[in-house]
Amino acid sequence: MAVKVLKPGLATTVQDLGRPGYYHIGIPLSGGMDRHALAAANLLVGNEAGAAVLEAVFMGPELEFTEDAIVAVTGAELPPKLDREPRETWTSFRVKRGQILSFDFLKQGARGYIAVAGGIDVPVVLGSRSTYALGALGGFKGRKLEAGDELPIGHAAAAAKDGRSVARELRGQPAGMPTELRAMPGLYWHRITEAAGDGFFSDTWKVAPEADRIGYRFKGGKPLEFVPREPPFGAGSDPSNITDACYPYGSIQVPGGTEPIVLHRDAVSGGGYFMVGTIIAADMDLIGQLQPNTPVKFVKVDMNQALAARKSRSELLGKLHSALA
Amino acid sequence: MQTRFSFGGDEHIFAEVGEAMSLEAFFKSLFITNAVRDAKIRGVTEICPANASYQVKFDPDQIKPDDLLTELKRLDSASEKSEPVIKTRIIEIPVLYNDPWTHETLMRFRERHQDPNGTDLEYAARINGLDSVDAFIKAHSSAPWFVSMVGFVAGLPFLYQMVERKRQLQAPKYLRPRTDTPKLTVGHGGCFSCIYSVRGAGGYQMFGITPMPIYDPNQNISYLRDFMCLFRPGDIVKWKPIDRAAYDAAVADVDAGRFAPVIRDVSFSLTEFNRDVDAYNAKLDGVLHGR
Repeated sequence: MAVKVLKPGLATTVQDLGRPGYYHIGIPLSGGMDRHALAAANLLVGNEAGAAVLEAVFMGPELEFTEDAIVAVTGAELPPKLDREPRETWTSFRVKRGQILSFDFLKQGARGYIAVAGGIDVPVVLGSRSTYALGALGGFKGRKLEAGDELPIGHAAAAAKDGRSVARELRGQPAGMPTELRAMPGLYWHRITEAAGDGFFSDTWKVAPEADRIGYRFKGGKPLEFVPREPPFGAGSDPSNITDACYPYGSIQVPGGTEPIVLHRDAVSGGGYFMVGTIIAADMDLIGQLQPNTPVKFVKVDMNQALAARKSRSELLGKLHSALA
Repeated sequence: MQTRFSFGGDEHIFAEVGEAMSLEAFFKSLFITNAVRDAKIRGVTEICPANASYQVKFDPDQIKPDDLLTELKRLDSASEKSEPVIKTRIIEIPVLYNDPWTHETLMRFRERHQDPNGTDLEYAARINGLDSVDAFIKAHSSAPWFVSMVGFVAGLPFLYQMVERKRQLQAPKYLRPRTDTPKLTVGHGGCFSCIYSVRGAGGYQMFGITPMPIYDPNQNISYLRDFMCLFRPGDIVKWKPIDRAAYDAAVADVDAGRFAPVIRDVSFSLTEFNRDVDAYNAKLDGVLHGR
């Protein structure tokens, strides 16, 4: 069983829940940017929650199926079409051998997750099927899909059924305008003035065009004012420079103090820019669904609030599992 | 040195051993991260040493953030008492300095450079007070370097030269980063050299290129079959300047699968090193060349 790529979309990659354990040599986690939507797509088609799926950003691919299959599309509102007939997102549907799956224009969100019963069966590299394109590692030949690629599909579980769907309240998608991203100040927070710190959290930022799997850039807030210092040896002369250090996932670096960048699943593992804090793990999925120009506010939280948010995100996933068990 | 700890969200603890780069800060970060690895702490998923800092990623569903912080602080103070000795490797990296590929690239991005009328090597020689490019190459390649961090992208080593601070070579990054850097470029920014493991964007000054692959996701290169990245933090690197003929021969050897890198096991003592830097580096050179 295989799926033929007729049109690849903009940047469609194979992703699962990622490749932990190699960040210390610069190989990031990778995996779906919206892990909740990825799990939902898999559970809808009877896969394990962490099976490999396709992550399509802004624009869907066009795929031809060589055998019958069960498919589900979750995440962004990227409406699927089967031989040009519309199908629902967040709902499993049957695909017949020879049929073509394509997509309508993106209506909401940024990344769609396309799961096929049996999972995308590319080789496991360092414990994961996820694509890390910067390192030409994993996924389909270490890169985004191209026309003519043939994706192997694994064996579908007996549980694979069409017509199952996920209730709106279990989808975990960003809601409200501006989107609120909760962040814990820290790391090199002391490098900016108190007024700059207040401004960072009170300003409304917008997603910049430079937003990808490595990181999301934001613009439109006031530049951050630094506390004066003598540059430490090895850091570099710019006030935003540090002696090159590790970057946490979700960390917010602000080169030159102007445009914050939040590192995501394909993060560069370290570098020489100071960071003002870190987006909490519970809100990382939301970032993957933000389109350029979306207004965003960073909301200051502490560890207890971060852990409470983590618990409620994990309960949502638990309910999703129960609903689709 | 008082380590500064900070939570990076709910899944990371970031520890800054020193604000400034030093071999002492690097050694401490290497020591503690080794100790954290040996302690096999439940819930710890990534242990990342860096130049003068380190980071531990954890699953707060398995270990309370404050409990892990307490444990790291305990290991941090215990490390003060340990002898700064590591068992590591010394690796010889052949370099064609002033090569045509980085030269073509640096000319293409000249308007982003501090000195649009020269080359990166000429600029670096001048701002480090050396009277020629050859003198700069000699300074860059005569003393060995520590791999003080691996990262940014897969397998990329940051290198810190094993000389006193007054002899450290320093150069700023490009005014605006380039969108292209040849694979295996030997670069330099701040006090760090690096080897670009993949082609891509970069801001470091470009000095040369090595024929020796350091990252191979397909694991076809003989010495990268066990693992796709060559470098580990704590490795010692010695540059070997080569000419174009030797570069071409090495590339042919790599392609034919017969390139054999010079890698030796070695024990390094920071205390002995600090006692007489040049004598200790000469001894390391002896180990590398089987003397």
